[in-house]
Amino acid sequence: MTEFFNALVLLTNFVLLPGLTYGSQLALGALGVTIIYGILRFANFAHGDLMSFGTMFVILVTWWFQGMGVGIDPLPTALLALPFGIAAAILLTLFADKTVYRFYRRRKSAPVIFLIASIGLMFVYSGTVRFIIGPADQQFGDGARFLLKVQEFKDVTGLKEGLAIKLSQGLSVGVAAIVVIALFWFLQRTRTGKAMRAYSDNEDLALLSGINPERVVFFAWLIVAALATIAGTMYGLDKSFKPFTYFQLLLPIFASAILGGIGHPIGAIVGAFIVAFSEVTITYAYKKFLRYILPESWEPDSLVQLLSTDYKFAVSFVILVVVLLVRPTGVFRGKVI
Amino acid sequence: MSSLPRPLFLFAGVVLAFTAVGFGQSWGVSLSIVNLCLISAVMALGLNMQWGYAGLINLGSMGFAALGGLAGVLVSKAPVAESWSVGGGNLGLSVLMVIATVIVALVGRRFMARGALRNIVTALIILVGYFLARAFFDPAVEAIESVDGAKTGYLGGAGMPIIFSWIVGGAFAGAAAWIIGKIALGLRTDYFAIATLGISEIILAVIKNEDWLSRGVKNVTGLSRPVPYEIDLQTSPWFLDLMTWLGGDPVSGSTIFVKLCYAVLFIGVLLILIWLLERALNSPWGRMMRAIRDNEHAAEAMGKNVTRRHLQIFVLGAAVVGVAGAMLTTLDGQFTPGSYNPLRFTFVIWVMVIVGGSGNNWGSVLGAFIIWFIWIEAEPAGLWLMNLVTTGLDESDPLRLHLLRSAPHMRVIVMGLVLLLVLRFSPKGLMPEVRRR
Repeated sequence: MTEFFNALVLLTNFVLLPGLTYGSQLALGALGVTIIYGILRFANFAHGDLMSFGTMFVILVTWWFQGMGVGIDPLPTALLALPFGIAAAILLTLFADKTVYRFYRRRKSAPVIFLIASIGLMFVYSGTVRFIIGPADQQFGDGARFLLKVQEFKDVTGLKEGLAIKLSQGLSVGVAAIVVIALFWFLQRTRTGKAMRAYSDNEDLALLSGINPERVVFFAWLIVAALATIAGTMYGLDKSFKPFTYFQLLLPIFASAILGGIGHPIGAIVGAFIVAFSEVTITYAYKKFLRYILPESWEPDSLVQLLSTDYKFAVSFVILVVVLLVRPTGVFRGKVI
Repeated sequence: MSSLPRPLFLFAGVVLAFTAVGFGQSWGVSLSIVNLCLISAVMALGLNMQWGYAGLINLGSMGFAALGGLAGVLVSKAPVAESWSVGGGNLGLSVLMVIATVIVALVGRRFMARGALRNIVTALIILVGYFLARAFFDPAVEAIESVDGAKTGYLGGAGMPIIFSWIVGGAFAGAAAWIIGKIALGLRTDYFAIATLGISEIILAVIKNEDWLSRGVKNVTGLSRPVPYEIDLQTSPWFLDLMTWLGGDPVSGSTIFVKLCYAVLFIGVLLILIWLLERALNSPWGRMMRAIRDNEHAAEAMGKNVTRRHLQIFVLGAAVVGVAGAMLTTLDGQFTPGSYNPLRFTFVIWVMVIVGGSGNNWGSVLGAFIIWFIWIEAEPAGLWLMNLVTTGLDESDPLRLHLLRSAPHMRVIVMGLVLLLVLRFSPKGLMPEVRRR
């Protein structure tokens, strides 16, 4: 029986917890992509770099706070800096909307033109981030490291396998839950939120009923910038901040949004967890796990890893393609524009 | 419309810019930029075929360029006999397993009715086939990579002249594009863009991690050359005679001569491609492609097979990018998978196409020259600007040091601004598509 519990703990530690954490981070990112898709109706390729821009600002303010000795130990200082990062990202997106997207919106350009414009903005954001903070890895987490340490867990349970919960993992899941609840309350209960949903559902009808499109777009960017910064900061606290990694996050984020049904917020969250768990379960080496649950003579001699971690992009890609071929509207029947 | 003077004027500006670099920095630098411009022009032509002729957004050109580069290694390097003897057999068996799996899966699907059961059985066949292939593949890889890992540790290539890799690279990229296109074409434009972006990351991940194939990130250096080596030139009498006649220094003259040789080869490829493409554009086929691009549904109603034509042009365009990738590896004399990144190999090429003028082949060439020139020269320009801005600051001032260190990243911002400005104020590009009948 202990064998079984050991196996369970092992799986929780290396599959369940990382999956949950990564899934929450992806969910925040995918919500941003899906809202832009629902309101402005294009695939925003600048989203990854928007995340890195917001996170960069959070890091800068964190350093400033650390220099002044301001902190909220045991929580990371980055949480205190988060509002500043969000504000910076909001200003950036509103400026980008005013200078770039509004022009094409007025002309009712094709989504492809918006897409290419977002690539241009991607360059600008990514260059700005590299210019200010550089392309290198940055660690900015401080405060307590663990909520639950391996040794503590082993002492309490007496199991051979340990379970560790990093503070960043707990934060990712907790913050994501709070943000998602707040977002859904906003979309379901407030006047502006309802206007946004109406606009996303049927633009012409919404306009006829007197909804101001510029106001809807304004709030969309507000929310998206906040979501992107929070997602980026959580990812950076959990792993590390590197501009190029954030660009590469685009693929799993798009996969999540499309899998859930593009333009569909609940779908984005569900999609994010499916993508995250697929990545983690497929790239995990099951050798140790199988050793616990299988009889001794069946022990595998290889790592029993379906795919090396270097190929985790392949997982998002396969999910993306399968969804697009089998059910192009996604799990939750998003829109097909 | 006075369409003739403007392109001439623009190309004259490009020539002027390179002459300025030649006098200002050095002719060697100028020629290196020209060579990379030529390669970029070929890449841009490939993307222009897909976007300009057919309206397909391919964000995967990095992957196709890397496949072309891989061809450079696989064609030109001498085969490593020991690797083949220790791992070749198992590797061959694993390839056979993959083929067998595909055949069994396809045949199985034919004999079963549509439905969930068929999909489950197919998935099971693939899973079993995967493990069978891995059973032979893993030991083969281990054996191959253990063969003198510091120098070889891979299968080597075919030992042929590297110039053949230009064709093979195109074939590699085209074959990959065929598979991708079979799966992903027919998706909406933006989904297709995302899918191609993903596939290029996967192609690169494979090339980086499969050390048995091309040593992965350990790089393959010292590829053979299609042009003479500087050191040989410096000792050959005819070249020394030429140099004395020209009154130049044989050492610097030889490097310029080598670069000129490359330039001639690249210009040859570029001209052949443009000739073919222009002929294609003016043929009924080109007319059909434009019809499909401008109104897919109307073209479909006229009986054109839109998906097939899309697949065709996707494969052809990718093959052209693959040729360019092989040319790049040839010029570098080495294959370094770590140096491929989507910004430089996908998005900058995209900027070239948009700035030059979607749908215009000469426009893509012009765009390639202008954008690559900016991409390279923005670095010294950025440094100069930062030096100017920070002259008031102390030599060791941290802000000054940071700004000077970060100056190279300015070119990324410049690239974005160029793209945004052109898209806004001249959406048809510097050389708009010529209206044909």
